[in-house]
Amino acid sequence: MQLTINGKPETLEVSTVLDVLKTKDIDPQLVAVELNTQMVDQEQLGTTSLKDGDKLEFLFFMGGGA
Amino acid sequence: MLCKGLLENDSPGPIIFLIKLTSFSSDCEDEPILSTLKVRGHMSFTEDQITRYSRHILLPEVGGKGQKKLSQAKVFIVGAGGLGSPVAYYLAAAGIGTIGLIDSDVVDLSNLQRQILHHTPDVGRSKVVSAKEKIQAINPDVQVNIHEERMTSRNAQELLSQYDVVIDGVDNFPAKFLINDACFLENKPLVHGGILRFEGRVFTIIPNQSACYRCVFKNPPPAGVVPTCQEAGIIGVVAGLIGTIQATEAIKLILNIGTPLTNRILDFDARTTAFREIRVKRNPTCALCGPNPSLTELIDYEQEACQLQPSATTLTNG
Ligand SMILES: [Zn+2]
Repeated sequence: MQLTINGKPETLEVSTVLDVLKTKDIDPQLVAVELNTQMVDQEQLGTTSLKDGDKLEFLFFMGGGA
Repeated sequence: MLCKGLLENDSPGPIIFLIKLTSFSSDCEDEPILSTLKVRGHMSFTEDQITRYSRHILLPEVGGKGQKKLSQAKVFIVGAGGLGSPVAYYLAAAGIGTIGLIDSDVVDLSNLQRQILHHTPDVGRSKVVSAKEKIQAINPDVQVNIHEERMTSRNAQELLSQYDVVIDGVDNFPAKFLINDACFLENKPLVHGGILRFEGRVFTIIPNQSACYRCVFKNPPPAGVVPTCQEAGIIGVVAGLIGTIQATEAIKLILNIGTPLTNRILDFDARTTAFREIRVKRNPTCALCGPNPSLTELIDYEQEACQLQPSATTLTNG
């Protein structure tokens, strides 16, 4: 299906948000996921289905400062 | 009346200069975001101060009244390191009245690549003591309160309660969550910052008005899974870029200028020199600022990311 991930259009054969993370080899613990401007709970990544045209933003933890 | 106190100054140079200013500094009467930051008391600057801050005062959005707000503002910087350095320098130069600094570390040789508050002779000295000297050298008008300790659930709220704006310049997630939570509980605006490798992030949080850090990141990542700067490295100048944006946000909040970086996370990538803005909003399931909060007091998350990897802790601080 056609998705927009971090602002870029991508075509992926996936059905859930977790599938996208797996396809991209992203550890779900390292990222906060926003689907169409709503944050997706970590526990619901595997049950949140995607549809054509959905927009995903991945926000990685960035912890430094010193 | 804008700049009234300034006009009472009786040296001819500044008067001529300020009479010009009064004709176009008219934008100071909006209700401020920080209600505590209405100008208090009589406005008067010395001639030297008028000269020092003249490039601020010239701006219609700042003017004499705005400069007075800056001089009465109190900003608390958590961490006197990579982010805290540029923040402290620019806020000091800008004439922020009171800067609070908390950091328990001493300066390490490996800090100097980015922690520009600290100079080569400072290696081995307390970071907050080193920082205070630099701030006062830039601007002796600034009152600097230093705390050579760690921020914890026990001291955080009391420390923050005395300030108007808080800057996150810490290098670990337990502290970032602690600062977010303490600022919410004390109703203090927070300018969050983070850096890693070639990337950085800024995010401004106004409690009860905009999304908080937990609205986006519910909990700290498990210890050890996200590398820190000391493990993964950081291009020093990224700290400068992100810190100066944080300082900009603090000044905007104090002066009530423009649009704060709320409900938007600004990510920067030095490799492409590109910013990415991610729109976020308050999360109704947020455990801190949502309608049914489960977090009503501060948490000290036990382990810092770096402590799980002993090989890395032998490298140096921050
Ligand atoms: Zn929240």
